[in-house]
This record gives sequence, structure tokens and C-alpha cells, in this order.
Amino acid sequence: MRQFITAYTLIDGFKCMVNGRLLFYQENILTFADFIKALYKQEQVNYPKFYKMDALGKLGFIASELLLRNKDIKSYPPELTGVVLSNSSSSLDTDIAHNETIRNREHYFPSPSVFVYTLPNIVIGEICIRNGIKGENAFLVSESFNSELIAGYVTDLFSRELVKGCLCGWIEVLGNRCEAFLAWVENQADVAETKPGPFNPVPFDAEHLKLLKNQNDR
Amino acid sequence: MEELIEKLKKEVIEQLNLEDIKPEDINPDSPLFGEGLGLDSIDALELIVLLEKNYGIKIEDPKDGKKIFFSIRSMAEYITANKK
Amino acid sequence: MGYRTQITMKQTYIYEDNIISSLGFTTLENIESIRANAIGIRITDDPLLYPRPVPLSKVDPAALETRFNAICEQHKRSVAPDSFTRLEKLLITSIREVIHRDDLNPYHPKTLLILSTTKGNIDLLEERYKAKFNHKRLYLWELARIVQTFFGFVNTPVIISNACISGVLALITASRYIQSGTYDDVVVAGGDIVSEFVIAGFQSFQALSPDPCKPFDQNRSGLSLGEAAGAIHLSSRKPVGNSRMVTLAGGATTNDANHISGPSRTGQELSLAMDRALQQAGIDASALNYIAAHGTATAYNDEMEAKAIALSKAEQVPVSSQKGYWGHTLGAAGIIESAVAVASMRNNQLYRSAGFETPGVTIPLNILTEHRDAEVDQVLKSASGFGGCNAAVVFKKI
Repeated sequence: MRQFITAYTLIDGFKCMVNGRLLFYQENILTFADFIKALYKQEQVNYPKFYKMDALGKLGFIASELLLRNKDIKSYPPELTGVVLSNSSSSLDTDIAHNETIRNREHYFPSPSVFVYTLPNIVIGEICIRNGIKGENAFLVSESFNSELIAGYVTDLFSRELVKGCLCGWIEVLGNRCEAFLAWVENQADVAETKPGPFNPVPFDAEHLKLLKNQNDR
Repeated sequence: MEELIEKLKKEVIEQLNLEDIKPEDINPDSPLFGEGLGLDSIDALELIVLLEKNYGIKIEDPKDGKKIFFSIRSMAEYITANKK
Repeated sequence: MGYRTQITMKQTYIYEDNIISSLGFTTLENIESIRANAIGIRITDDPLLYPRPVPLSKVDPAALETRFNAICEQHKRSVAPDSFTRLEKLLITSIREVIHRDDLNPYHPKTLLILSTTKGNIDLLEERYKAKFNHKRLYLWELARIVQTFFGFVNTPVIISNACISGVLALITASRYIQSGTYDDVVVAGGDIVSEFVIAGFQSFQALSPDPCKPFDQNRSGLSLGEAAGAIHLSSRKPVGNSRMVTLAGGATTNDANHISGPSRTGQELSLAMDRALQQAGIDASALNYIAAHGTATAYNDEMEAKAIALSKAEQVPVSSQKGYWGHTLGAAGIIESAVAVASMRNNQLYRSAGFETPGVTIPLNILTEHRDAEVDQVLKSASGFGGCNAAVVFKKI
């Protein structure tokens, strides 16, 4: 059975697109913190734990909220939904923050709420908690977005019938540079049953992943 | 004591990133954990760091935290009694 | 729920493996240390790592230098040993052992290296290393590239960084690539060093035990950190020989969807990963001869695992945590603990769960209190980590 991408979110710089439509862009925004908070406010996501997340967590959380907003993912059993993400700098952004708390022995106060985010897969945990996703999860690191790696990994999960729906993509933050590309992937048969949405599903493969992610570069 | 309570409210909000909560929203006698502020086990550990960092008070046994961090007032009382 | 019958799927055979830890530089040395009841965790007073003494399991630095220098001398190109970080040395030394013994060809287009690490070269954030190593080395893909280049692997390595399940997930990923025919040979290598970074973090979590850790014990008081590297060569080719071969027969991951640091209260999700791994392997939990548990020795982890084991109806199966020997080795844990499980299968021997004396979880488990000979044909290795992740893998003799 073939799989389709039935929704996607793209955040590049401080611009956010969902299913190909521009959702957020403000020219005067200069920092990641301002951007992500403005996006959170605009989209009226009410989730107080959002403020406790690190940058990678916030970016992944918002991107997944916008991705799954019009998706009935609860129609799948939680243990048959999965999350497979990748990035370049792992959790380096928060690693640097944690390191700052221990650099000076006279002012040595490591913070548990910072340290817990010094793992890239915590953002997967946040997305799973929010959406009740209990199936396969993996965080892969590559120098730049590797569409073959992600398509191969996720297609294999579908072929083993370990997932019926899978969130996958790229989620990268370092300082004020951020980039997110998340796609929701489903089996063709399940797509046919859902009502047509604002976005026409495209086949799930490395080529389409690459096309969707790099559309702004053209 | 009341001055310390107000100061603590601000510090707790900052340390625990309770962005949508204002100092006046916190009743100094209400339980910090459970319902209300929605704090969890990481927040409890973070409060231990707050006491050490801002007041030089070290809690050796995390189990003592339950009593100390019951409310903003219990925190203030503990600080007053133990501040060096 | 049903899994598609995978008639065309290939077997995944376990070839050579290696463990580098405080207990030795080969799997054999480590097993001999375990048999002799050696514990690698020692109270370490090193101000560069932590302001106070703390129990750690460390790889002997001088012995690592000697071995790594010898490897560099034998290398085709001229390589300067001190141009490598501590983790790079550990990983290269471990992989070298496996490749050398198996005569594996890294240049083959169907050979892949998978790297498992949680923190990579994280020590390079420290001031003392800033002048010596390029900042780029902090990126896991750069670490992987250095290891890849050393051996000449043609394929870009796959890097898995998924907290404490990284090693088990790397093994599962390797077997999936082999079963689907994407690659014929995969070297799974993993490692993490003990660093100021990680010690301070776990200490802030109040998760470190003041004494060497005691998994599943009533008096357990947290985990001990350890540094290690491990490598396992998996292949679709049947090894030559008459004895029964160890295969990786199934594996799965799940997520608790509960809390980013606290484990599931029910153990259902880990149990699901175990059930799936067993189902893929085509065996019942009752047929297991050994469970190599995660067993970090924190109060909540061990309790959750006990619940999961009971939910999967495996509470009668002999179980141990190997972390009493070498602590929690993070990205290496799943690999070196699997290597011990495979050694148990090859030697038909089970090893005691170090640090365990009095049952300390609410569900009675069959925890190994002494080394013993036993038929060991089917084994499960599990892991759980921050972010709510769980993984299980089943090894089977065929």
C-alpha cells in the first residue's frame, strides 16, 4: 500500500506556512523567542507547558499543532501512530544554555528544567504527550535534511504495519536560526476515507519530501 | 514576611517559566503542586535550585521538599528560619 | 493486530562484537571481569568533572591511549593520535576490533555504519578543549564523519540520538535495513563519555546515587554514570560454522506520552514494545531465557520496568541489570548490554545482577543473584529513556 503526505508545516526564518498557505510573517521580528511567542499567541494555542519548553521543543510543538489541527489523528489507535524527526545540531542550542550554568564554579547552578532538554528527542516526547501518540519514535541526526533517510525509515514502519499514521520531518534551532518541516503521512486507503482538505495529498517519497521542504528556495 | 512572599512569587514565576501567571494570581496559602499552577516533578527540583541560588539554602534530602514547597508561605517561612 | 508475514525478509545474524568499559577493552575481557564479580564503578574525585567526589565508571585513559596509538600506527595513512577526541578514540578503537576480526569491508556499497550517542563530543564545550578542537566537532554528523573517514565507509553513517534507547534503537534500525535488503552488513557503534556536562545535569535531577548503583534493590538510591563504547556487526550472511547462530529476531519502540522525564506509571508502553519484539521473533514471553533490563536504579524506572515485565507475562524469566557493573553508559548502554546478552547466549551462562540484594520493586521478579550455567537461546533487551521513549529487542538462536 502506498502512503501519502496529507498535511505539512513549513517554518523557515520567521515565516510559517501550513499546507502551502502563508500563516504567519511579520517583518519586524528579530529573535526566535519573539517569533515563536507571536506565533503561539496568533494561533491561540492554549498550552501553559509551552513556556517551559526549550526552543526546539517550542518549535516542534507549534509546528505539530498547526500540522495536526485539521487532522483526525485520534481515529488511529495511539500505538499505531509514530513520530520520526531529524535535525543537524541535535540539542546544541540547549546544550550551550546548560553549559552556561556550570561554567563558573562560583556560580554553579545546573537547572533540571534546562538539562532535561539537552536531548533532541524530548521534542518527540512533547508531541507524543500532547497528541497521545504511543507508537514508534526515532530521532535521527544528519548534516542537512536527508529526504531519503526519512522516507526510507518511515516507509519501512508502514510496510511492517507498525504505524498507520506518522509525523515526520526536520526540526532545527540554533540561536535565532530556525527551520521546521513536518509532514503527516497516512496510508492511501485511510486518505480516501477522509474528507478532502485544503491540501491535495501527494505521494510520500523522498522526492516529494524534498520538493515540499525546498519550495521557498526556488 | 509579606515582602518576602511577594518577592518569592515573582521568583517562582520566573524560575518556572509561568508566563501566563501574574503574582496576584498566586494565593500564598494555596498548594503549589497538584491543581492550580500545574507544577510537576521537574518544577519541584527547580525550586530546590531557586532556594540555593537566591538564598544560599541547600536542601540535602529532596523528600523535605514536600513540606517546604507546600505553598509560597511555607517557602517564605523556611527561608526566614534558615537564611544564613 | 496483525503483522504482515514477511516471507521475503532476511535473517539478521550477529557477528563480532566489542565492549570497551571500565571492565576491559574486549567483550571477552568484560565478561571475564563480570564473572569475577568486578565492579567498575568507583568513587572518583576529579574537580574537572564535579566539585565533589562522585561514583563513576571510567575507561582507563592510559590503556586507551596505548591501544589507540597502536591502531594509528597501523593505519594506512599517517594519522596523529592526539587529533582525535576522547569519544572518537573510544569509538574507533571499538569499531576497529569488530572490523578487524570479521575482515569486514567498509568500502562495500551495501555496508553501513550506524552511530548511537546521546551527547557526542560534548566535552568540547569546556574551555580547556576550545583551542584544540574545532567547534564543528560538537555536531554529531561531524563526529560520525571522522569515524567514517578513519575506516573509509562509503555510505554516510546513520546517526541515532534518542536518549537512553539510542543503542537499542540503533540495533533495531540495523536489523530493519538488513531485513529489507537495503544493506547487507551494518556496524552499529555507540558511545558516550562521562563529562562535567552530564554529571552536573543528572546531579541537578537528584538522580545520582552516592554509592555505586543498586538496580532493583530496596536500598537503591539512583543511578551511576559510566563511560563506554561498543560495536556490533550485524549481517544478512549466515556465518560459517556448525553451532547455532545468534540472530536479532525482532524489535520495536514506543512512547509513554506521559511525561518528558518521569517514566510511565503503568509500564504499558514498554510492555507493548516488548510484546511487539516478541511477536516479530515468533516467541512467547514464557520462552525467554533472560531479560537484560534497562535497570538504571532510580526508584521510578525500576518500578515501571517491573510492571512492564509483569504485563508482558515475563516475571518468571531470569532478569538482570548490567548497570551495577559499569553504571549507565547512555548511548553505549543498549549496545554493550546487548553484547553481554549475546555472550550469555554463546556461553550458555547467565550473570548476576550486580548491586542487587533485597527485592525493591512491588512486583516479584526473578532477578539473577548469582552467575549460573543455563541454556540461553532467547533473550530480550529493553531500554527506556527521557522523552518517554521505550525500546525492546529480541535475540534468538537459530
